[in-house]
Amino acid sequence: MGKFIVKRLLELIPTMFVIVTLSFFMIRLAPGGPFSSERKVSPEIMANLQHKYHMDEPLGMQYLRYLGDMLHGDLGPSFKNKDFTVNQLIGASMPNSLILGVTALAIAVLFGISFGLLSAVCQNTWVDYTTMSAASIGLSVPLFVVGPVAVLVFALRLRWLPTSGWINGRQGWKTIIMPAMTLALPYFSSIARLTRASVLETLRSDYIRTARAKGLKNSVVMVKHVLRGALLPVVSYLGPAFAGIVTGSVVIEQIFLVPGIGNFFVKSALNRDYTLILGTVVVYSAILVVMNLIVDVLYGILDPRISYE
Amino acid sequence: MEAYWMKKLFLAAAGVLSAALLVTGCGKKAASKGTEMVIENGAEPQSIDPTQIQGNVEQRINAALFEGLVTTDPKTCVAVPAVAESWDRSADGSVITFHLRKTTWSDGTPVTAQTFVDSWLYFMAPSTAAVYAYMPAMVIKGAADYNAGKADAGKVGLRAIDDYTLEVTLVGPVPYAVDMMTHYSFDPLPMHAIKKFGKAWIKPENFVGNGPFVLESWVPQQKVTVVPNEKYWNKQNVFLSRITFLPIDDMTTAYNKYKNGEVDWNATDTFPFDMLNEVKLRDDYQVYPNLASYYLEFNLNNKTLKDVRVRKALTESLDTKELVEKVTQGGQLATGAFVPQMAGYTPADGVKFDVVDAKKLLAEAGYPDGKGFPKLTYIYNTSEQHKKIAEWTQQQWKKNLGIDMDLQNMEWATFLAKRQANDFEIARDGWIGDYQDPSNFLELLKSDSGNNDGRYNNPDYDALLEKASKMPAGTERMQVLRDAETMMLDRDAAVIPMYIYVTQNLIDLDKWEGWYPNTLDLHPYTGLKLKK
Repeated sequence: MGKFIVKRLLELIPTMFVIVTLSFFMIRLAPGGPFSSERKVSPEIMANLQHKYHMDEPLGMQYLRYLGDMLHGDLGPSFKNKDFTVNQLIGASMPNSLILGVTALAIAVLFGISFGLLSAVCQNTWVDYTTMSAASIGLSVPLFVVGPVAVLVFALRLRWLPTSGWINGRQGWKTIIMPAMTLALPYFSSIARLTRASVLETLRSDYIRTARAKGLKNSVVMVKHVLRGALLPVVSYLGPAFAGIVTGSVVIEQIFLVPGIGNFFVKSALNRDYTLILGTVVVYSAILVVMNLIVDVLYGILDPRISYE
Repeated sequence: MEAYWMKKLFLAAAGVLSAALLVTGCGKKAASKGTEMVIENGAEPQSIDPTQIQGNVEQRINAALFEGLVTTDPKTCVAVPAVAESWDRSADGSVITFHLRKTTWSDGTPVTAQTFVDSWLYFMAPSTAAVYAYMPAMVIKGAADYNAGKADAGKVGLRAIDDYTLEVTLVGPVPYAVDMMTHYSFDPLPMHAIKKFGKAWIKPENFVGNGPFVLESWVPQQKVTVVPNEKYWNKQNVFLSRITFLPIDDMTTAYNKYKNGEVDWNATDTFPFDMLNEVKLRDDYQVYPNLASYYLEFNLNNKTLKDVRVRKALTESLDTKELVEKVTQGGQLATGAFVPQMAGYTPADGVKFDVVDAKKLLAEAGYPDGKGFPKLTYIYNTSEQHKKIAEWTQQQWKKNLGIDMDLQNMEWATFLAKRQANDFEIARDGWIGDYQDPSNFLELLKSDSGNNDGRYNNPDYDALLEKASKMPAGTERMQVLRDAETMMLDRDAAVIPMYIYVTQNLIDLDKWEGWYPNTLDLHPYTGLKLKK
């Protein structure tokens, strides 16, 4: 197992290298640049601006400079958020995205597995139908609809929660409820459906029949044998889901004013903030690659048939 | 086994959570007593450093932190004394002598005439690469060459006569020079702090300013907070104990926050259509004509659009009154002029809506009833508002002239790149005035202007502007400027003026005192307080 992890970690290096290289050159292809401005600046000032950020050097040279700095852990200065470096911006926003993501995922997993299991056990009853219909709605209604509706109901009408904001602001932890619930919704739905399907499949397998034949109690069979087998697909879903939930909360961040990294991801591209785009891409890809690795490792632990030796 | 892993997972999750909480910082200073104001400020500020900023978002923060020689009157936006107590002009108007009051920075260091000399030179230095350096460079003698790196600082018309007397020599009489100096490109800069801390001088722990407030904190994407500057000379007129600036891009979120009472002043401007009808009915909706113009640029290098009859026909066939009443609906003004109304200036009449004449002109140009007219493309940057305006225009041209036009939207940076490269046929454009003088708008279309994306090139027009730039303030000068505008619009139809913008703010004036809607949308914080 240790060998496998080391090997996978080593594979990370060329993967990241390819991602950074492709991104670096691709963003330069977009028209305009970080200094695009409606008020056109004089050629002299433009030249000075370019010089200040080493943009007057040949592209290859800029690329090598970027790689060199990156290897030292320096993602460079931001072109648009001029008072901060990319490291500072990501350092300030990433924890917020993580807090939101982890909370949302916890909600999704907790309720998703519970309701999935319930649906499977009560297959083809009203419990099953209700849960699965709710899950279908959760999957099909986009977040930019669910979010504003939630604000309208819980903040503006019922006045239970603040419309937006973040946990270290005036309204404290209450601000995380709506964004986390909204963000959790599609993941809850997927997990519930996945759990239901795989529990049903596991229930029909031979080793469960054997366990039952041995005279084990139903609850023991369910928790110890069924759930463990049934959770495999859920676990493999969780890796990409975690990456998705952390990186894909842009809409939620906008609606609920969560100061996360997703905002930077979108705005840096529109602003042609080259260094910030690359910085977010690096962080996002690192999360994706690492999450996939963790899933593979968990797989080995949960499924005795899989071996990495 | 499972239990073991579950526990591990749980612990890991808890670890991430608590680490994150630590990083984001839950321990905050307790709020001091008094009136706090929460401002919905539009977007994340690009910077707090006056040399690096541009735009309204940054201006609203800057107005709290720095103060120039003069500041704006909250109602009329003309220059009123600030660090300078008074000023006088030489007989020919080209030299201004400012008499400064004895004021200090927030760290107690005196703000002197030399401070202004050093600050402005630093601001305009080529190495600073300040985008707005063109403003001081435009009016101060010798500054343009210095800013371009072609002359040294000694040639710039700035002199500290003594600690509290500053002499500024201008390129000419420049009647609007003092009004222009309310702009942040004329801020004093704490050179001693810049020297000491380098780029980090604008961090809250190092910050030094001379405005009514000092920087307390800046959490990216969350808020900027400022608290009163104890050393501010006019602190008896500062009534707020803290101002919080929230960066909110999403209009719906901003409006919801305002409606829910979480924000005191919503300064985001431009409400989306679906919201406007509701917003317009509110008592706290403050709307006022803005010193800003929405217009369409013709590419004058285009074969078809080179013909003035075509441009006139396209202009005359648009009933912009209908545009503002039925489409934009926010109280915008369709004056037909390019320059907004301002004190002492009556904008040109502009081309009038006249379909019959438009058809005649188009026929004369060789396109009777629009036959044979090439399909041109109208480009705009992606936004609901611009889209509706483009669609309305397209439909008017179809209905009134029988011509087809393609519409193409693109994201901002791409749009700018295309328009500035003169790679378009018809493009939307807009200009927000920095100071109240018609030249601020008319200069855009001078043949050598960097913002003349349509490449209008008329030596007579340039000559009129040149002439006006050497004239002292007064009706004669304004008449020359009006002649220029008339020539550009009535004779040459160089652009299509669509409407004059309005400023749209949400603030309850039954609750707040000292805030006034105004043409530049500039709102000083001194004097701003809760009504008793």
